[in-house]
Amino acid sequence: MKLNLEKMNGYSVLFIQAERIDAHNSGELKEYILDMIEQGEINIIVQLELVRFIDSSGLGALLSGYKNTAARSGKLALSNLQPQVLSMFELTRLNRVFEIYADLNEAFENEP
Amino acid sequence: MCSSDIQVDVIIPTQTKYLDLIGSIGERIGKDLETFEGDREALAYHLNLVLTEATINAIKHANYKNTEDTVRITIQIQEDAVIIKVYDHGQGFDLENVPVPDFENPKEGGMGIFFIKTLMDSVTYTRQDDCNVLEIVKYLK
Repeated sequence: MKLNLEKMNGYSVLFIQAERIDAHNSGELKEYILDMIEQGEINIIVQLELVRFIDSSGLGALLSGYKNTAARSGKLALSNLQPQVLSMFELTRLNRVFEIYADLNEAFENEP
Repeated sequence: MCSSDIQVDVIIPTQTKYLDLIGSIGERIGKDLETFEGDREALAYHLNLVLTEATINAIKHANYKNTEDTVRITIQIQEDAVIIKVYDHGQGFDLENVPVPDFENPKEGGMGIFFIKTLMDSVTYTRQDDCNVLEIVKYLK
């Protein structure tokens, strides 16, 4: 899975450069985020603009990151969700867990 | 089977790299289902998701020691329903006793069967000869 990491406005912004997150590549995403957290990057925004599809394991990978940042008093927020992807968060009520922003500018209005 | 029915029959090795292929077949079928009166984009996503979840479930339940093990997936398109069957050669599981996710304390796993049960109209898991069959039905009307 191609991932781009940029430091912006005090956040580590992780751009997912894949259309699909499923059980084939979600393990890699989870490990990448856990490595970031291990290195002290605990204020993360995952930018999902290109992602058209996410399955239960992809939701699990993001939830793992959320829990591990929260345990270190940081946060993992999401931005730029496509409607069908957002509907998966709504179906599992995970939209109540994650901070979800329309775009990065909206996310940056909340300081880390 | 009447002449308007279509059946897609796919056999894949028990490897996760084939999830995209299987899910994409479902998505494409969903987009083309002209008899469906609801949101066809949502249906296409749901078929992609359900096929992905059912296939990874079968891969996980498969016999890892047998590198030649396969998962068979059939998709029947009828006028009023889509019927998905996923065959695995593993030990099976108890579909009725799969717990509903705890939404107040979400966990990383255990959402796959929830998606299938929630988004589709009927789900059964039965033993047939030398394999297990997860049968999923989505009615179109």
